[in-house]
Formats: sequence, structure tokens, C-alpha cells
Amino acid sequence: MNQFLSLIKKEFYHIFRDRRTLFILLGMPVVQILIFGFALTNEVKNASIAVLDPSKDAESLSLITQLDASRYFDVVEEVQNYAQIEAAFRKGKIKMAVVFPQRFGEDLRHVNKVQLQFIADASDPNVANTLTNYASSIVQDYQNRLVQERKLPYRIIPELRMLYNPQLKGAFNFVPGVMAMVLLLVCTMMTAITIVREKEMGTLEILLVSPLRPFSIVVAKAVPYLVLSVVNIISILLLSVYVLEVPINGSIPLLFFVSILFILVSLSLGLLISAVTASQQTAMFISLVALFLPTVMLSGFMFPIENMPLPLRTVSNLVPAKWYYFVVKAVMIKGLGVKAIWRELLILHAMLFFLLFMAIRKFKIRLA
Amino acid sequence: MRTLKFLLQKEFRQIFRDPSILRLIFVMPVIQLLILPWAADYEIKNIKLVIVDHDPSSYSQVMVNKITSSGYFQLTGYGQSYQEALVQVERDEADLVLEIPAGFGRDLVKEEEARLFMALNAINGVKANLGGAYLRTILQEYNKQVRLEWIQFPRFNPEPQIEITTANWYNPLMNYKYFMVPGILVLLLTMIGTNLTAINIVREKEIGTIEQINVTPVRKVHFILSKLIPFWVLGMVVLSLGFLIARVAYGIIPLGSFLTIYVFAMVYLLAVLGLGLLISTYSATQQQAMLVSFFLMMIFILLGGLYTSIDSMPVWAQYITKANPVSYFIEVMRRVVLKGSGLSDILPQLWTISGFALLFNGWAVYSYRKRS
Repeated sequence: MNQFLSLIKKEFYHIFRDRRTLFILLGMPVVQILIFGFALTNEVKNASIAVLDPSKDAESLSLITQLDASRYFDVVEEVQNYAQIEAAFRKGKIKMAVVFPQRFGEDLRHVNKVQLQFIADASDPNVANTLTNYASSIVQDYQNRLVQERKLPYRIIPELRMLYNPQLKGAFNFVPGVMAMVLLLVCTMMTAITIVREKEMGTLEILLVSPLRPFSIVVAKAVPYLVLSVVNIISILLLSVYVLEVPINGSIPLLFFVSILFILVSLSLGLLISAVTASQQTAMFISLVALFLPTVMLSGFMFPIENMPLPLRTVSNLVPAKWYYFVVKAVMIKGLGVKAIWRELLILHAMLFFLLFMAIRKFKIRLA
Repeated sequence: MRTLKFLLQKEFRQIFRDPSILRLIFVMPVIQLLILPWAADYEIKNIKLVIVDHDPSSYSQVMVNKITSSGYFQLTGYGQSYQEALVQVERDEADLVLEIPAGFGRDLVKEEEARLFMALNAINGVKANLGGAYLRTILQEYNKQVRLEWIQFPRFNPEPQIEITTANWYNPLMNYKYFMVPGILVLLLTMIGTNLTAINIVREKEIGTIEQINVTPVRKVHFILSKLIPFWVLGMVVLSLGFLIARVAYGIIPLGSFLTIYVFAMVYLLAVLGLGLLISTYSATQQQAMLVSFFLMMIFILLGGLYTSIDSMPVWAQYITKANPVSYFIEVMRRVVLKGSGLSDILPQLWTISGFALLFNGWAVYSYRKRS
């Protein structure tokens, strides 16, 4: 036990001595939370749009004002014809154009039927889609107000309630995602690299011929990263509660329990990678390309899993971060207890035991 | 010049001698390009809906049919009570609960107005927002239909109607892959380029072989160039491979010319490789170099304009994107591939990226010290 402790101490020295790495390891989650919190939203805000309005009457002007006043759009240009729209698109000046017909207001008042065209720059289809949807709902609101003014009978009044996140803040969605990303990065990539580094430098050999058990050598490598990860979780949670104002609705001990479970899964993954690779470069590449990208893309926090084709949806079940993401959302934001997440916890446990078993089996104590 | 030739020979040998790295450089991007674009669809559809219907009238039946046939909603089932439906939301099995109160049909006809309750899982705010908007639109349509049944309208429908038509220019089929595939290619190229060069010089430092270079009369510029050129060649090969996949697997053929893309890519690669070298000269261990480059990559990629639009970022973040090489290439790709822009359209980006290339590489040469 004493030996084991001094081994852990050695690993801590390794980490503390490299100030720059330590700084990044601890600073990474902070920067990520800030970027995601303030700079990244799937919501499109202040998109520049142009209007082509030959009618210029009270109705069209009022609709333009409403578009401009919403936080989604900025009317930056008034154009006279389609050629000017095309030119503005090519220069990247606008994302969408709204085209009014001749006599918009007159038709609306007398014929009660009028057409309106949105032209979106669909070279980014996701943005185009979002923008036309926003614009449609603004027009619809406008239309509803007209309907209400005329007091038509047989009205269906839908009442909407936004559960969990009434202000529709983006942070509720990504804080759990960032936690998964940071933990995976710190635990898997860093652990894999430190072990492979000792292999590459030949110092692993020295450790292996010492009376220490091979298993404890490897575990000692993982312990400091476990500690670092817990520190990171704390800083992420503090930032999200006090800076982004995302509440923790569920039990904090449970949240830490599932996080530590996920950390252990990631660490075992790191151990497995280190056992099957020989150079730091390979280890890095595997963790980066085979782990990080799939985690970002298949865990469900950036892109909706239900939109993916079936094979990808199946593969996404193998991504540990997907389950962790679900669990964190359930515990932290929905405020649910163990009863709601036992299935996911079971899956994470199974992953942990499988990965650990594979890592121990693949770990070679003899030199090739 | 001769020195450079020999140095290049050495570098190429080193690269080709390690087949595992070489395999990773080529196989990984291929797999990524084949898989990832399928995942990157965030159009809001397939909203999972659970209905609690306390009103067994034909009105609610027809309405439910209208909702489920719209294509946006996926009916996962009926709940007996709101509580029961809420459990499905908690388990992420449903995103939206629609509760039709008892007497909905009767109220609609007799009281002239009827209420409906919807509860949305708003953790993903964008999805909730759009889901609510879709549902409201459908309800409005249905509402119109009900009115037509009951009111004998005069010549014109008394309900003002604004018909919206949407045109999607440059990508009328709204195929997000046209946009994602070239974008992902840029990300892969950037990651491979920066990371490989970032750990390259450090590796020599760690193994100690850099001492051997330092005691030779090799000039600093030659040394840096010899590190740069092989990866530059590899990068161009990866790019071509990427375009081949884009064409074969996704049928993406740039509207503009390949020449424009390649001219830009040549300069761009110099810039990213230079960034990698710069990281390398400042780092002491491979781990450190990797972490620094990863850290920068993460910021560059997230703020690159591929996943989220740069326009919706706050002003300070938009300033950061000005210093982000990735955002320029993604912009150029989008313009050339989808809008068919030519070399003259992307000149500003080309100049900026040339500036980056000069800055990073010059700095790398300057900061590389032959003395320890």
C-alpha cells in the first residue's frame, strides 16, 4: 500500500511539474463552458436579411418592423429587384430575403389572401431552415393578431408550457455535453498518452522489473486524472450554476456518483488504448479521431440522434458519452432520482467492466 | 538546396517507416467522411409526441390525424393521464405532450373556443421552440377547416391569410450534406495537419535526436521546411482523397472550379502546418504539444462556423473568428462548392490566410533555437 501511494505521488509530480499542461487541463472546461455558454447557439440570432417591398403600405411596413424588432432578424438592406438579392447573397451580406407582392396591404384587407416569399441562402441548410421557420412564425403571429381583432368564432387556443427550461436557454442542453467531452478528453486521452509515453521512453520497463505489481502501476497512472476530473466537474458545475444560471435540480451526490462512474469508464478506455498502442502519436490519433469526434457527433448533444440512419443510431449506443449525457440531463436538469436512470447506470457499469477486463487482458507485462 | 533534399529524404523515410501512423492518416479521414455527414443533420423533425386524449369526440380524432400526418411528429403512444405521459418525457421517449381536455369538441362548437394543453421538453430550447411552432401551425390549419365546416362564408374568406412560399437558393433540395461534407473535410485536414506537425519536432526533442540535427550546419529555415513539406504533400493527398469520396459517396461536385479550392488549400495547409510547428517549438513533451494543439483545435472548430452560424455569435466571439484560419476555409468551401464563386470572389480570404501562413511559419523559424 505504501508503495502504491508513493507511485501515485510520482504521477502527481509528473503532472504538477508540467505547468502548461496542468493549466490547460484545468482551464479547458472553463473555456469550453464560456464558449458554449456565450458564443455557440444553434439558435440563429440577428441574421441579416433584405426586404423587397414594392407595396410600401402600412401592413407591409408593420410586418417588416416586426421582423426587424425580433431578436432573430436585422433588416440590413432594402432591395429593388431579384438581381440585387442575388448580388447580396453572393457577397454574403444577407442570409435571407423577404419578398412582398405589389399591393400587399390592399390584398390583405380586401381579398384576405396574399402571398409572401422567403428566399433563404440554403448553402447552409440548417440555418436556412431555422430562419424560414422563425420568419413564418412571426408572420403567423401577425396573422393571429388580425384574426383576433376580427373576433372569429370556433377558436382553438393552444396553451404551451415549456418544461424544465422555460427561458429556452441553450446552456441546459450543452452543459451536460461539455461535461462528457471534458471528462473523456482528460481521462481517456491523457491516461493513454502518459502510459504510452513511459513505454516509448523505456521507463515502463524499469517499473515493470520493480517489485510493484503491473496492475498497480497502471492504476497509479489513472488516479491523478481521476482527481483532476473531479476538480473539473466541480468547476463546470460552479460555472454553470453561477455564471450560466443553470440550476442543479437533482441530488448532487448522485450527480457525482454517475460522473465518477463515467470517469472510470473513460479511464478504462484510456488504459485499453494504451495497452494496444506503441507510440504516443498513435495513441493520440486514436483518442482524437476515433473517440472525440464520435463523442461530439453521436452522443446526441450536438446533433439529434433520432434523425440519423439506423446503423448510426445503433452505433451511438456504443458511445459511453451518450448514456452519461442522458443521465446528467435526467439528474441535473429534470431532477430525477435513481429510479429513472437505473437502466443507463447498468449499461455504464457493463461498459466499465468490459473495458477494464479487456485492458487488463491486453496489458503486456513482458517486452515484445 | 542540397541540404533540404537530404533532409526531405530523411523525413519521408521516417513517415513511411511507420505504417501505423500512415494508415491512420489515410484510413481515418475516409471512415470519418463516410460516417459523420450522416450524423450532422439537425433539422428539427421526428418530434416524439404523446397524446393524452380526454375527449373521445371526432374533433380530437381528426386533429390528431392531422398532426401525425404532417411528417414532423412521431406519435409514440397515448397516455391515460398527464402524469403518465410526463414519465415518457422524463425518459426521453417523448418530447411533447398534447393534452386534449374533456369536452374539447363540444366547447369548440358550443362555446366557440376550446383550449388545448401542450407541454414540451425544453432542455433543447431550439427543438422545443420549433416543435411548438409546427404544432401551432397545424392547429391553425385545422382550425380553419373547422370554421369552413360551420360558417357559410361570404365571397371572400373573412380570415386574413398570408400564404408563405419559401425558396432555398444554392441548395434547393436542402441537402445539408453538400454543406457538411466539405466542411468536415476542412476540419479533418486541419486536425491532421496541426497535430502531426505539432508533435513532430517535439518527438525529436523527446527522443533526443534533435541534438544531432542541432550540431550539424543545417540552417533553421531548411530544418523547418523539411518538416513542413512532407506533411504538406500528405495533406494535399488527403484533400484529394476527400474530394474523391465526396464525389463517389455523396455526389458532390463543386460548382466552382477545383483550381480555386486547391489554390486556397495550398496556402491554407501552409498556415495550419505552420501553427503546428509553432506549437512544437514551444513545447517540451509530445503530451504538452498535443494538448495545446487540441485546445486550439477545439476553439477553432467550434467557432469555425460549421456547426453554428458565425452571425449568431456575440461580437467578441466574431472577433475571435477573424483570427481563426478554419473559419476562412469553411467560408471559401461553402462559396466555391455551393455558390460557384471564383478566385476573384475569395481574394480577401486568400490574402488573410497567406498572412497567417507567413506569420506562423516565420514565427516558427524565429522561435526554433538550435541552442538549448
